[in-house]
Formats: sequence, structure tokens, C-alpha cells
Amino acid sequence: MLTTRVRATSGRALVAGIDVSQDPVAAKRALAVVPQRSNLDRSLTAKRNLLFHAAYFGVPEAERNARAARLLDEFGLADRADDKVDRFSGGQAQRLMIARALMHDPRVLFLDEPTTGLDPQARLFVWDRIRGQRERNVTVLLTTHDMDEATELADRVGIMDHGKLLALDTPDALTSLVPGESTLEIGIEPDGAGPGGTDGLLRALGELAGVERVELQRGAGGGPGGPGGPGGPGGPGGPGGPGGPGGPGAPEGPAARHLRLYCEGDAASLVSPMVRTLGERGATLADLQLGRPSLEDVFIHLTGRGLRG
Amino acid sequence: MSTTTATPRLAPAGARQRAEVARAFFAILGRDLFVTGRELPTFLAQVILQPLFMVFVFGKVLTDLGFARAGFAELLLPGIIALTVAVTGLQGTALPLVIDFSFTKEIEDRLLAPLPVSFVALEKILFGTLRALIAGAIMFPIGRLVLGTLPFQASRTWLLIAFLLLGAVMGSGLGMTLGTMVQPSQISIVFALVLTPLLFTGCTQYPWPSLSSLRWFQVLTLVNPLTYMSEGVRASMVPQVPHMHAWIAVIVLIFATVGLVVAGVMGFMRRAID
Repeated sequence: MLTTRVRATSGRALVAGIDVSQDPVAAKRALAVVPQRSNLDRSLTAKRNLLFHAAYFGVPEAERNARAARLLDEFGLADRADDKVDRFSGGQAQRLMIARALMHDPRVLFLDEPTTGLDPQARLFVWDRIRGQRERNVTVLLTTHDMDEATELADRVGIMDHGKLLALDTPDALTSLVPGESTLEIGIEPDGAGPGGTDGLLRALGELAGVERVELQRGAGGGPGGPGGPGGPGGPGGPGGPGGPGGPGAPEGPAARHLRLYCEGDAASLVSPMVRTLGERGATLADLQLGRPSLEDVFIHLTGRGLRG
Repeated sequence: MSTTTATPRLAPAGARQRAEVARAFFAILGRDLFVTGRELPTFLAQVILQPLFMVFVFGKVLTDLGFARAGFAELLLPGIIALTVAVTGLQGTALPLVIDFSFTKEIEDRLLAPLPVSFVALEKILFGTLRALIAGAIMFPIGRLVLGTLPFQASRTWLLIAFLLLGAVMGSGLGMTLGTMVQPSQISIVFALVLTPLLFTGCTQYPWPSLSSLRWFQVLTLVNPLTYMSEGVRASMVPQVPHMHAWIAVIVLIFATVGLVVAGVMGFMRRAID
């Protein structure tokens, strides 16, 4: 609808401030679309695909030649510039379609599942290009089923189900919609001097306002998951998730311990009371990680577990 | 390139937009002409071979062998020229549109170009018309070559051009109507059901007035817009052969052309916009 290809039955839709049903031509000038399936012009070479596209948009000839050369280079297609596109692989076609979309310098870029079916390298490459567009202040509207992709790239995420927009917000705000599912994972070095030992410490942490429960993770070892990755491995909310081998009741000893605190609402606000409690109990904080529910949890939370469509 | 963009920016918004739409229109036409130029030998073979053999077998072989009267070639050639123009127009729009809308979706890039969708449709009709006129123009030297003579009336050149032009637009409009109406699974059956009757009821191989002895068929041919085109081209090239009044042919052909172009553009819009 926003790309002028579907007529609205009611209401108003604006793209870059232009009413798409009032002035579809102006809207088309401001936007560019990269579809999921290749619709490249198979009668033309890669370079001509770009040049003719820019010509439709009235880009002057010298300018479009320069842009085509730059974009072919940027998208790693310079050596395929004069090849017809019918032999291109899925990844090459995808890259060329994005390059083509950029030929007329759109203000809004629509990408329909741009990385579906691409190998990991191509996916990272496309992600980088999308970020590049965002930095150039191009509005990128991305549809995807890949929640990691949405988390990775999006400033705002809209969750659609059966044609209805269920939620639209920043990934952070969306994940906070899922109740009681943010976590605080901490590594501590107990010196055993505190009152009540480890059990006492667990109890004290569990009594902090906003903490739902506390679990003791496996005994020693590195922190779970990579730093900063929201919703890391063993993400919260999974049935029977936390615990695992050597869960509660792991062997006592002087080694570091990992605890997971399940919180209501924002886990970050619990950091300072938690640290205070640790201090009172004579334990030192060795590792800290905020675990948030992933967009996947949000999606399931909003749309239910039944199969879509 | 700031100097070239500065001028339109000063123009009033309406004029600037019209200029942009015109630029997009001609860029799209340029793309089609570029691709056709690349595939010129294939295009010519596609378009010329059938009429060439028709003129040769019916106009040359059959008359030389005495199965057809000597004057037959003279009335056949205008009909074959009309046929070539109309069918080239039809094929140039119908088949590519079926493929574009149903399989390759290549046309999407042009549907998203900054011009109204109806203009993309009109571009296709203009392009089909140009192809049809090129094919028609080539038939003149071919006819001259195969038959040894070329019936031509200098005083009726404008009439001839008018009929060829109308017929080319009519063929393209018909092609667009069919191309946007037909589902890909039905394409072969529809083309067989439409193209064959079109070829043989269009008065291309016989002048319409001579059908008076076969009244029901004479009436039937009036449904086919190609009849009026064949008769019109005949009236312009060989006025001595009995033919339908040129003004009747012109009027009916104009109505048919307008109707088919409108139907074609509407069909195109229906396929292009949900």
C-alpha cells in the first residue's frame, strides 16, 4: 500500500510526508523497493539495470554513470557489471536489487526480507549496507521473520499479525512488554564470611523488591553467552530453561558462582540494590549481564503459539 | 551536474512534474527500444518470416502455377501488410505482459518509476505500435522483392499512413487487453482461439465486397477489426480493387482502436494495482 501498488480501501497513508493515494507519483519518487524475489530486468546487464532505473527517475547521465560505478563497486559486483543478470546467484541478485534501489537516492527504502536465503557472509554484508543507509538518514522499512535481524537493525519494530499492527516501539520497549521475564545474571565470589553462607545470600537477593526468584547456575566457568547480546543462549522464558546440569545445589566451594535473578520489569534498576546486598554479605561481584527477553518472546507473547496463517 | 538540475527547479511545480513524468516515460520507452535494438535479428525473423512466406506462396507460387489469378498478388499484399502490422502490435504487447505480470515481475521496476501507472501502459502500447510500424514498413520492400511490383498510389499516401497507424495502435491495444486478461495457464489456448480466427476472418486474403456470395461469412468478418484495416490499406494501395468505403473503415477502426486501448489500459491497471 505504501509503495503505491495496493490501493487503500480506507484511511490515509503517508510516505516521507506524501499522501500515497493523493500523489502516488511523488511518493514513488521518494521511495524505493527491494522485493523478496528478483525482479531484475533479465534482458539487461547488471550495469544497465542500474542505469535505466536511474534514467526512469531522471538522474542526469553523468551522475547515473558515476553512481552505478560506485554502487557496483560497493556491492562487490564491479566484475559482473557487464554480465546479464539471469545467471546471477540469489545473493548477487539481492545485492544488485539493493544497489538499484539506491540509484535514485530514495528517502525511504522498503526491504522485503532482504536476507532470506542468503549465506551468513552475504547476510552480514546486507546488514552493513542497511546500517549505512540508516546513517545517511534514509528511512529503512524492513520486513522480516528473523527476530535477530530486527533486533540488530531496527530503531523501531512493528509486530504485524494477520494484517494488524499489534505493537510498534523500540526493541527495548517491546521486550519490556513481556512481563517478569528480564533477568540479571551475575557471577560472584563468595568468601563464605557472610551470615548464612550462600543460602543466606540467595535468600537475601530473593527478598529484594522486584526480584521474583533467584537460581543458582552451574558452579564455575565463563559467563554465559557473549557480552551485550540481548536474549543470549538459554534465553529467559523458555520452559524449564535455566538450571541445566549442576543447577541448584551445585557443589559448594570457593569457586565463583553464577546466579540468575528473575525480575519484574527493568532488571537494570536492580543492579545497585543487588550490589549493596552482595557487599553486606561479603561477596564480590565478578561478572554481570543483563538478560532481556528477545523479540521472539515478544512476538510469541503478542501473537500466541499457534501456527501463523 | 547542478547546472542541469537548476533550471527545472525554477519552473512551476506542475510543469516540473509534467517534465519528470515525460522524462520517465521516454526513459522507459528508451529501455524497450534498447532491448529490441539488441535483439533486432530475432525481432525481424519473428515478425517477417510468416508474412514473407505468405506473400511468396500465395502471391508468387500459386499465381505462377496458375492456381490463382494474376491480379491476386496485388490485392493480397495490402492484406498481408495489414496483418503483419496488427499481429506484430498484438504479439509485442500481449506475450511480454503475460510473462511480466505472472512470472518475472520485471515490470515492477517500471511500475515504481515516477509516473502514473496508466502511462506505463500507454508506453507499452506506443512501443508495440512502433514495432508494428517497423514490421509494416519492411513489408513494402519485401513485397516488391517477392512479387516484382509494388502497388502504390502517391495521392493516397496519407490515407495509407493513417490506416497503418490506426491498425498498429489497434493491434497493440488488443494485445494489451488479451495480455492482461489471460492467466498464464490459459495462454496457449487463448492465443489459439483468438489468433487463428483473427488471421483468417480479417479480410487479409480476400476483399470484403467479394464475399457477397458468402453472406454469412461476410457478416462474420465485420466483427473482426482487422477487416476494416485490411480494407483500408487496400483502399489506399489498390483503389481499383473493389473495397469497403474508406471512410467507413476509418470510423469503425477509430472506435475499435479507442475501445481496445481503453480496455487494455484498464486491464493493465487492474493487474498492476491490487
